[in-house]
Amino acid sequence: MKEAIIAAAGGVLFAMGLAIGGMTNPHKVLAFLDFTGDWDPSLAFVMGGAILAYAPLYRVITRRDRPRVSERFHLPTRRDIDLKLLIGASLFGIGWGLGGFCPGPALVSAMSFGPSALTFTAAMLVGMGGFSLWQRNQGG
Amino acid sequence: MTEFTPIASTLGGILIGLSSALMLAWHGRIAGISGIVGGLIGARPDERPWRLAFVAGLFGGGFFAFIVMPAQFGSGSPTSTIGLIAAGLLVGVGTRLGSGCTSGHGVCGISRMSGRSLVATATFMAVAAATVFVTHHVGS
Repeated sequence: MKEAIIAAAGGVLFAMGLAIGGMTNPHKVLAFLDFTGDWDPSLAFVMGGAILAYAPLYRVITRRDRPRVSERFHLPTRRDIDLKLLIGASLFGIGWGLGGFCPGPALVSAMSFGPSALTFTAAMLVGMGGFSLWQRNQGG
Repeated sequence: MTEFTPIASTLGGILIGLSSALMLAWHGRIAGISGIVGGLIGARPDERPWRLAFVAGLFGGGFFAFIVMPAQFGSGSPTSTIGLIAAGLLVGVGTRLGSGCTSGHGVCGISRMSGRSLVATATFMAVAAATVFVTHHVGS
């Protein structure tokens, strides 16, 4: 129970960070990506602030033997740059540039019950679910 | 045109970084939204509670944020319904195929100095900027 409360608190903190930072406003996202237009560099500060906080804490935390409520750290170990990574990141980039939503802000914005956020989020979940089904049929 | 908000955006970023550090310290997990949500589908039963709790926290935090600071959500996305459906599908499939999104690759991956995440982040940022250039400055 305690671990679920911690995870929920993590989700709340994350959502507040996205909203305060401005990631939940697609107009701001599109202005951030519009280098040749009325560029608004604010969202670079969201990424900067997040890395500033996380990078040193990552080093301190992973120096421990294990996390508080799991038997080990579950960290990515792959180092290869494969086609899936490049194609996936490219598809994600097209979608992000088209709609101005990425996954976290989409879920958070869905709770504003705005039609654009709900439409995007529903389609995103269909895309994620469809990918999982396809992956299962591939046997991976 | 949106307002440049370096202080609020840095503060929001720090909250995201702290949330990610909390998930690492307690659950030993990377706070990647697409991975946490996408991993719900077909997750092992013992994996589901923390993922669901985190997503519930995102929704709860989103609802709270919308009540206390509705301006942070702007007027939603300017993209058409068809455009939003296409964007959502692309983001859903792309983030799963590419193993991450703005949070998992952009914040956590770069903080860990992961080569895969650096390449993925550079790719989706460049493609998203190119997409905005094409949709905002070419044609229409």
